[in-house]
Amino acid sequence: MLNATTAEIVERKALRVNAAKTCQPIGAMYASLGIHGCMPHSHGSQGCCSYHRSHLTRHFKEPVVATTSSFTEGASVFGGLANLTQALRNIFTIYNPDIVAVHTTCLSEVIGDDIPTIVKRATEEGVVPEGKIVIHANTPSFVGSHITGFSNMVSAIIKYLSEKSSPKEQINIIPGFVEPADMREIKRLANLMGVANVLLPDTSGVLDGGLDGTYEMFPKGGTTLPEIRSTGDSQATIGLGHFTGHPGALTLETKHNVPATLLELPIGVGATDAFIQTLRAFSKDGAVAAQIETDRARLIDAISDMQQYFHQKRVAVAGDPDQVIAHTQFLLELGMKPVYVITGSLGNHFEKRLHELLDPVVPEAKIKQQSDFFELHQWIKNEPVDLIVSNTYGKYIARVEDIPLVRVGFPILDRVGHRFFPTVGYTGALRLIDMITSALFDKKDRSCAEEWFELVM
Amino acid sequence: MSSISPEPESGVSDATDTEALAPPPPGSSAEHAASINAAEAREKMIEIYPDKTKKKRAKQFLLNDPESPQPIAANTRTVPGIITQRGCTYAGCRGVVIGPMHDVLHITHGPIGCSFYSWQTRRNLARPRPGDVNYLQYSMTTDMMEDEIIFGGEKKLAAAIREAYKIFKPKAIAVYATCPVGLIGDDIHTVCRLAKAELGINVFGFSCEGYKGVSQSAGHHIANNGVFKHMVGLDDTPDDAEFRMNMLGEYNIGGDAWEIDTLLRKCGIHVTATLSGDISYEQVVKAHTVDLNVVQCHRSINYMADMMETKFGIPWFKVNFIGANSTAKSLRKIAKFFDSKKLTDRVEEVIAQELSVLRPIMDDVKSRCAGKTAALFVGGSRAHHYQDLFRDIGMTVIAAGYEFAHRDDYEGRDVLPTIKIDADSRNIEELTVEADPTRYRPRKTEEQKAALEAGGFSFRDYEGMMKEMRKESLVIDDISHHEMEKLIEIYKPDVIGSGIKEKFIIEKLGVPCKQLHSYDYSGPYAAFTGAGNFYKEIDRMVNTKVWRLVTAPWKSDPTVPPKPVYRPRVRGGGFEDEGAAKNWKRG
Repeated sequence: MLNATTAEIVERKALRVNAAKTCQPIGAMYASLGIHGCMPHSHGSQGCCSYHRSHLTRHFKEPVVATTSSFTEGASVFGGLANLTQALRNIFTIYNPDIVAVHTTCLSEVIGDDIPTIVKRATEEGVVPEGKIVIHANTPSFVGSHITGFSNMVSAIIKYLSEKSSPKEQINIIPGFVEPADMREIKRLANLMGVANVLLPDTSGVLDGGLDGTYEMFPKGGTTLPEIRSTGDSQATIGLGHFTGHPGALTLETKHNVPATLLELPIGVGATDAFIQTLRAFSKDGAVAAQIETDRARLIDAISDMQQYFHQKRVAVAGDPDQVIAHTQFLLELGMKPVYVITGSLGNHFEKRLHELLDPVVPEAKIKQQSDFFELHQWIKNEPVDLIVSNTYGKYIARVEDIPLVRVGFPILDRVGHRFFPTVGYTGALRLIDMITSALFDKKDRSCAEEWFELVM
Repeated sequence: MSSISPEPESGVSDATDTEALAPPPPGSSAEHAASINAAEAREKMIEIYPDKTKKKRAKQFLLNDPESPQPIAANTRTVPGIITQRGCTYAGCRGVVIGPMHDVLHITHGPIGCSFYSWQTRRNLARPRPGDVNYLQYSMTTDMMEDEIIFGGEKKLAAAIREAYKIFKPKAIAVYATCPVGLIGDDIHTVCRLAKAELGINVFGFSCEGYKGVSQSAGHHIANNGVFKHMVGLDDTPDDAEFRMNMLGEYNIGGDAWEIDTLLRKCGIHVTATLSGDISYEQVVKAHTVDLNVVQCHRSINYMADMMETKFGIPWFKVNFIGANSTAKSLRKIAKFFDSKKLTDRVEEVIAQELSVLRPIMDDVKSRCAGKTAALFVGGSRAHHYQDLFRDIGMTVIAAGYEFAHRDDYEGRDVLPTIKIDADSRNIEELTVEADPTRYRPRKTEEQKAALEAGGFSFRDYEGMMKEMRKESLVIDDISHHEMEKLIEIYKPDVIGSGIKEKFIIEKLGVPCKQLHSYDYSGPYAAFTGAGNFYKEIDRMVNTKVWRLVTAPWKSDPTVPPKPVYRPRVRGGGFEDEGAAKNWKRG
């Protein structure tokens, strides 16, 4: 396995091997699924839609429904007007969503299809029924990555749908590209703090459903249209994560002068503290709910109990920039040493922020945007690590180098926990601690010399 | 009905025929299905569509007549917005037909997504021989960004090939074009030709842009052309074996190819190349040295079989190693082709042996699964092949359809001359193939062929799915989400075979779904041992306790349970007020 990977590093300028990112449309599709009653629509070849639905399904093990314009060569030459118009007619007649959220693909971007014009014509022709909405985001696959697609769709939702009427006692939270379980936890924290909130998008209740013998194409979850409209009236927006949370918050600030508070993903102690502190500002009396204080104390207790196992352990972190930044901070809080920190995505902020975090404490750390799992593996071959924190694709390196792996981020294709248990907030950090220690202990139990096999750890 | 000539009793009942005669068990799902007016059901499933869509879908949605299959509008464009199962040309080319070649380095020329999604997601397993290299865990791409879209990506592709060579030193590099590559006009073939000259290894490209066809199928054809043009025929050294053949259209999903190979080896038949499952470059380049090609998935590889026959004189026929009955028939047909008493006897011995192991499993599973129903919507051959497995355990297939097959896969190859070539098919190159001046060697003389055919033997044959399906069963090409939902509502099948996108939708509705692309990460299901695995798997799925847990008890009976009232108990159990003395004695 991976036996063609050598420690010798040949410089690559053109070849990407084992990517740590994917393309924009899948992020846009995920964001669209966080709107209640929304049908994501992929304007391009049907393979894109099929790939995105398949991969999201493998990650969530839940229905992921989306439609496609099914381009063939003809549409690629003559433009996708007829295809999108026909698609809209079919979607509204057969599936009847409230909103269709169109995202583009490399194909429709290269030929330059103008979605607003096509939708306008379709609306004039009566293809879009009264009261139904079609929005769009441009998500060319050759720009940015899946996280760009996510934030482009979030910004598009805001541009199209947010309104300003009269001020409301509520805040907006743009949660970034995180799991439904994380969105659920973010709402729980805000609610415990007594802060009325609109979470946008909100895939909880959409992609973490149960099994009761019924199927709803548009389940109960998702940010509702009135909620989205009301975001212009909120007191403020908390954007979580530079790459996937801040753009939406800034769009709202630009459009409706709703002030944006820009935080990092609330993963770990400090980042969650910052989130709670921000929520305090919007709460009635600034008091922190007893439950939250208990959660925090239990987290600190666990870190204290297990500190010896974290201390100075070398860790490789790979994934999406917001996630990697947040996890790196948490690993530092645990006393670990993130020595290799990569993302496949583009992002100068990624490198800048990680240098801020790591230069003082782990000056030897390698930090790189636009990297890939192949490069990470080569680094590891040159100097190994004790732990890998990445999505499922890290499992090949973990196996051949016999390194414990903690799966976080997107996609996780081979475990179930991410679907139900958050990694954000104090309880999320507890789960991370459980995963990290279990991974480290499992390896020790499996491979240490018999005389060092411990009953108690 | 079958294309395979009558042979000695296999010991397996020909379920196709007997099933049609036996009435469905009372109270069974099969009986429920039989009570449904199929024409009305079909109408209910498509009535919601706008006129144009309904007209189009009606041509792809038929009530089966096995005696004279009606023309089905397969391999036509998907209606936009309908929620299709289908993927794209790139997926069919890179993902299916060539992807499994494990020591060829595959580079996707395009933005990041296409290579990302085709990275390890199809379960074409490989077990390279010692010393062999395996690139299947690598996903390589030029990761095109905006600059390359604007100024062209040829330079980056050339550089990527050079870098790949420098790092990996592969024997061959295959390059795949994605949508934007075709649109901006990158000439991947020239880049590949130059790289081949520069590096001295085999480098070739596939113009498999996603939009090229109406489904993955176009990609299969493009892949066949490329493999034939650039690989097959490069090494004339035959393997040292008496009975040599290729297994075409077998992708080793979940280890199927291994199972078939093991079975064939037991019989004394040698497989030179399995196109394409667990296969190395060396095996592909000498695939033309065999005496027979057998075709498992007709849709994805019939082009290769035809081209190899024309150029090298290798005959081909269709086989099916899915299902006990079909496997036995296929083995016998291969033995008959090689015309050796030794082989024929060995094949009969092996069949008897394998069946003696399989039959108890089949009978056991059948006792729990008979009378249940299934529906299959998948691929270009599996929706047909897997019907045999269900028949083996007494289940009825009430509906089936392919995702990307053509009319011949439904109606049989007899209809080939009548298939109209439309604009979408015309896009896909048809290679002009001629007999090789030195290497063309007919493996059977015309007389030998005629003699075989006189005995019911057929070459270049595929009867298609419809002739083997019950009358009035539903045949649905490129099924939509809506039709699937309605199908479940009306027919309530006990299990559906489909893909990952549909799986959890179907299961939300309380019907277990078997992924027939990835096998739900299990398998193998081919040959006799695989059949046993599949029977047990279906048994597990339709009889698992979880489906009985779906409804909470307060949903099935909303009566509020009474609060407990205090009643004095006696030693040894029981209550005083219900004859405690008796309890005491008994205890």
